[in-house]
Amino acid sequence: MNRSHRHGAGSGCLGTMEFGAEFRRFSLERSKPGKFEEFYGLLQHVHKIPNVDVLVGYADIHGDLLPINNDDNYHKAVSTANPLLRIFIQKKEEADYSAFGTDTLIKKKNVLTNVLRPDNHRKKPHIVISMPQDFRPVSSIIDVDILPETHRRVRLYKYGTEKPLGFYIRDGSSVRVTPHGLEKVPGIFISRLVPGGLAQSTGLLAVNDEVLEVNGIEVSGKSLDQVTDMMIANSRNLIITVRPANQRNNVIRNSRTSGSSGQSTDNSLPGYPQQIEPSFEPEDEDSDEDDIIIEDNGVPQQIPKAVRNTESLESLTQIELSFESGQNGFIPSNEVSLAPLASGTNTEFETRAPDQKLLEEDGTIITL
Amino acid sequence: MRRFLRPGHDPARERLKRDLFQFNKTVEHGFPHQPSALGYSPSLRILAIGTRSGAIKLYGAPGVEFMGLHRENNAVVQIHFLPGQCQLVTLLDDNSLHLWSLKVKSGVSELQEDESFTLRGPPGAAPSATQITVVLPHSSCQLLYLGTESGSVFMVQLPAFRALEDQTISSDAVLQRLPEEVRHRRAFEMVEALQEHPRDPNQILIGYSRGLVVIWDLQGSCVLCHFLSSQQLENVCWQRDGHLIVSCHSDGSYCQWPVSSDTLQLEPLRSCVPYGPFPCKAITKIFWLTTKQGLPFTIFQGGMPRASYGDRHCISVIHNGQQTAFDFTSRVIDFTVLIEANPEAALDDPYALVVLAEEELVVIDLQTAGWPPVQPPYLASLHCSAITCSHHVSNIPLKLWERIIAAGSRQNTHFSTMVGLAPAPAPPQPRARLAHELLRHLLQEWPIDGGTSLAPAPPQRDLLLTGHEDGTVRFWDASGVCLRLLYKLSTVRVFLTDTDPSESLSAQGEDEWPPLRKVGSFDPYSDDPRLGIQKIFLCRYSGYLAVAGTAGQVLVLELNDEAAEHAVEQVEADLLQDQEGYRWKGHERLCARPGPVHFEPGFQPFVLVQCQPPAVVTSLALHSEWRLVAFGTSHGFGLFDHQQRRQVFVKCTLHPNDQLALEGPLSRVKSLKKSLRQSFRRIRRSRVSSRKRRPAGPPGEVQEGSSRAERTGLQNMELAPVQRKIEARSAEDSFTGFVRTLYFADTYLRDSSRHCPSLWAGTNGGTVYAFALRVPPAERRMDEPVRAEQAKEIQLMHRAPVVGILVLDGHSVPLPEPLEVAHDLSKSPDMQGSHQLLVVSEEQFKVFTLPKVSARLKLKLTALEGSRVRRVSAARFGSCRAEDYGEHHLAVLTNLGDIQVVSLPLLKPQVRYSCIRREDVSGIASCVFTKYGQGFYLISPSEFERFSLSTKWLVEPRCLVDSAETKNYSRLHDRSGPEKASGRARNSGSQSDGEGVLKEIQSTLEGDRGSCGDWRSPRVAVGYSLSNGGGCS
Repeated sequence: MNRSHRHGAGSGCLGTMEFGAEFRRFSLERSKPGKFEEFYGLLQHVHKIPNVDVLVGYADIHGDLLPINNDDNYHKAVSTANPLLRIFIQKKEEADYSAFGTDTLIKKKNVLTNVLRPDNHRKKPHIVISMPQDFRPVSSIIDVDILPETHRRVRLYKYGTEKPLGFYIRDGSSVRVTPHGLEKVPGIFISRLVPGGLAQSTGLLAVNDEVLEVNGIEVSGKSLDQVTDMMIANSRNLIITVRPANQRNNVIRNSRTSGSSGQSTDNSLPGYPQQIEPSFEPEDEDSDEDDIIIEDNGVPQQIPKAVRNTESLESLTQIELSFESGQNGFIPSNEVSLAPLASGTNTEFETRAPDQKLLEEDGTIITL
Repeated sequence: MRRFLRPGHDPARERLKRDLFQFNKTVEHGFPHQPSALGYSPSLRILAIGTRSGAIKLYGAPGVEFMGLHRENNAVVQIHFLPGQCQLVTLLDDNSLHLWSLKVKSGVSELQEDESFTLRGPPGAAPSATQITVVLPHSSCQLLYLGTESGSVFMVQLPAFRALEDQTISSDAVLQRLPEEVRHRRAFEMVEALQEHPRDPNQILIGYSRGLVVIWDLQGSCVLCHFLSSQQLENVCWQRDGHLIVSCHSDGSYCQWPVSSDTLQLEPLRSCVPYGPFPCKAITKIFWLTTKQGLPFTIFQGGMPRASYGDRHCISVIHNGQQTAFDFTSRVIDFTVLIEANPEAALDDPYALVVLAEEELVVIDLQTAGWPPVQPPYLASLHCSAITCSHHVSNIPLKLWERIIAAGSRQNTHFSTMVGLAPAPAPPQPRARLAHELLRHLLQEWPIDGGTSLAPAPPQRDLLLTGHEDGTVRFWDASGVCLRLLYKLSTVRVFLTDTDPSESLSAQGEDEWPPLRKVGSFDPYSDDPRLGIQKIFLCRYSGYLAVAGTAGQVLVLELNDEAAEHAVEQVEADLLQDQEGYRWKGHERLCARPGPVHFEPGFQPFVLVQCQPPAVVTSLALHSEWRLVAFGTSHGFGLFDHQQRRQVFVKCTLHPNDQLALEGPLSRVKSLKKSLRQSFRRIRRSRVSSRKRRPAGPPGEVQEGSSRAERTGLQNMELAPVQRKIEARSAEDSFTGFVRTLYFADTYLRDSSRHCPSLWAGTNGGTVYAFALRVPPAERRMDEPVRAEQAKEIQLMHRAPVVGILVLDGHSVPLPEPLEVAHDLSKSPDMQGSHQLLVVSEEQFKVFTLPKVSARLKLKLTALEGSRVRRVSAARFGSCRAEDYGEHHLAVLTNLGDIQVVSLPLLKPQVRYSCIRREDVSGIASCVFTKYGQGFYLISPSEFERFSLSTKWLVEPRCLVDSAETKNYSRLHDRSGPEKASGRARNSGSQSDGEGVLKEIQSTLEGDRGSCGDWRSPRVAVGYSLSNGGGCS
């Protein structure tokens, strides 16, 4: 198909024009969108901002504001143009990260009301969310496709030591179906979650969940101490397969749309969208490889193998995600006026910056 | 060299694995834990010891050992050999009898249980009616007489244990056959003694506890004689000719009764209380033995004056006006006297007293004046002071071996040599002759020499060094089946202690009464726990030894064949360096003795390095070529140049948050106290709460109420199960600075072109430090200082304690020991290829490249299995097929008691065997590996279990005990008459026999097979596991 499409130009929120907005329209070849860098250059050219770093976002079919920052999501964005693709551009240093994500475009209504009623806004500070790639995951449910429905494989990511893993295990017995009928077999169970610990904050583990595997190794036949040692040895990248004591949340998996973040039907755990990884091999992850070597009293250096992108960790913004506040004042409306929205976003961002710093000190980690 | 180190299930590799690895528990060294019974067969010349856990162990000539375990884990109460047979009967404390026999299978004897039996009384009889008190195997070997608590003597037919109920000698039957005047007294009660007439198998003696002794005619069923003493009877001895009976009693007296059927004995011939006149304890066993000098030996147990010596464990020997009360440091279980074995001989002529005490076996030479003790070749009391550490050195050069033995022999002068006895059997092969001669020199002559050891002579000389709580290091010959003490080193002399070291055991006043004499070596009482030895490192080429102890003392010793008197140079190593504000709350350092100290020939200390704070030394390494010793505690580590006698450097490894390490062990005690207090509080609280819940109702409901309270108690228990916290290890954990391992290596530390000496240290917190050393060349060794510079520091991210560091050369072979290459005993390491560093933490094995440290390979043991490495050692595994083929691998012991072999350098797990129970923490902690795939661990405070992972290196007993040999032996007796010395010359004598020659050839053949390298003994039969050391076939 050699059809050309009209694209809606995003609103460039340049620092000099606080309440201003610029609109551009241009066309792109749908079948050959080209590379993201070219597109980025095009935008800069179109807006005449060649030396300004900007964040690019687009509105998808659900009305979510999603980022465009690499070839993949750029291609995705172009393919979803129907026929118009609305692109939003923000200056990077002033970017409002919270603008991105689920229902963000609809939420803008709320943003708008906040702008209109500044007193209300002061009382209920809106939560700022950074780019998804700027977060580090702290836990995830994995291997949903290969595990029985009654099991759950949870991966806990432990970075540094600032937050304890925070759970206890105990011996116990569970009932199994065997060729000889029902049999009581010894098992390992989660006995306690430390308040504020990593395990509790994920919401994926609960007291009395039976631990079946640790990093792909079955725990049956192993002693409590052995399992403890295995978990501690794997603590930097702990993957435990549990049979949740509460099976209610597991059996309705069929209705779950897999792959898209935030679409969980998990009623009891509303705040924890689940990211699903297609496959998992315990040996893949060598997160504990990074022994520190100091040569000749020199500067500490990590063993070169599998160096992590530490910069993204540095710039990490730690924000408490609160769905209640996010959906507060939700007004379902399809009439979205772009111009005031864009300027509203800007205002929002300008006033937000100091709060963000405050939140950072809380140190609560968002779950993805 | 061929190498089959391909991953995966390669059939060739699997086959090779079978040729290399095999797990066996081969032999138990040391003294049985909690012995409970002693037996001896004069005809087999074999000793049997039973234990409270139901084991029986048989010992004959050195190397002749058997072990059996009763299925019931009941204590063995009595052991009786059937006269002249390879059979024995054991009585357990559950009143069951067991018949064991030594059966020859494929040329090797095995101990196995044949039958078991429990005596049943008539229906309705009291259990005491059949409670066996005495067992008498009849000389016919067909019958067993069983004395019981009821006073009846039952008869049981062997070997099937068929009870002959009609032949029971009940006390009523005896009573009816007694004269009127004795009958009125209740003289019976339980049977205390049963003896067969030494000459007439138709007569037996029955002694009842109330003091009545009768001689019973088995055929006529009548009383031949009776003797009535006024005191409770303890035991009876029947003189060899049958003309005299000696009875011992509970008041500490013994009586002699002449035996003649026609006269009625109302009064004893002679009655005597040896330690009177004040009240004495019972004499529980007595021997009355005739000699050719005419004067008898009287040997008895107990009888000491109750008030002043009632707590002593004594056995008295009286002969020819000489009297000695041998005073044992632990309870005497039983004793026997070795006498002329031939029943036809006219005289007993005792030659040795064998005493089984609770903690050791003591044998006393009764023929040498002064009755000196004999050093046993086995059953060594390993725990005479508690073992605190052990160190194994394989393949000791002959020169050092001889020097250690020479030093040791000077310490053993108080032992009898039992001269006049026949020489030991000729060594089976000429190659081992020299070592054998040396052994013999040390061994002297051992009176218990039954059986023939068929095991080939050990192919090399191995030393096991044990450190003890009292500051001694004992050197054991661990080459063969018998673990023998070669030399004992005491470090006490260097320090000022409360006790005077010149005080010796033998110093006893002459005029003292009773004439006590301390015997035995068991002395668990340490003067000062700080003297305890914690680490030992011996260089087998130079004779340098480093020993480190509980109070931070590190001694460097040198082997000197002459006695010397010199001052020990003292150097202090401040491991805290400039760390401020720390306070050591632990024990004080030991005070060194000022001025010159006299040292016996042997290892003599010349330098004392005192760590400050004086915390326990946790790691030690010695490099004899560079003359350096490295030591580490929980605070740091240091390097000392013992040639120039100056400290090279110290490094503090302490983490600022590590409070526990600084305060010392005392603070731990406090926390234990606290936790105890808390747990008591918890118990009290739960009691209170359960009491509250108890309903106050009518008395009828009390029962129910209490049971309900119990139930709630149970529920409470269930509510608080054992739980484990899952937490990543953080840098702030306690004892991260604790130095776990030290290692010297000549390797490429800085760049790949030049190698240099280096010192590696690993800590509890997962840190590895590497120091490059500059050791001046030999000609300027005294002039230039040794320099050290930190070159590398590795922090393992998993932060598990580092338990082993090893450098592999270009061929992935561990670097040789210092001086090994210089002595042509090892190939020089490959310095062309790139070296690799192996770091073993409790959780992972990791191989790094050198000189640039980057991770190459790893094996995450804990992450995969949940087990942690407790011990690791590189070992060479020889193939049982190919003579010169061998591979270097890691032998690993985990906290679960499993033994694994992990391949080098690819870190592939090869084999895994479960070896020690996971609950046996002290067993796991005590394990040491040898360089050739064997190992030792403590199964009790006094016993080492020896195991082998190798198919090639296997030390296990293989021996033959033959009743044919016995016949041969007794025939020999007839020929040589009652002359005892020749009687014991069994080995030399039997060679003149046809059978003996055959046996000699056989043993030579065995020996030859051993000499050609494969001295793995083929496992012969099923059930072998039962007979020898509990090994698994």
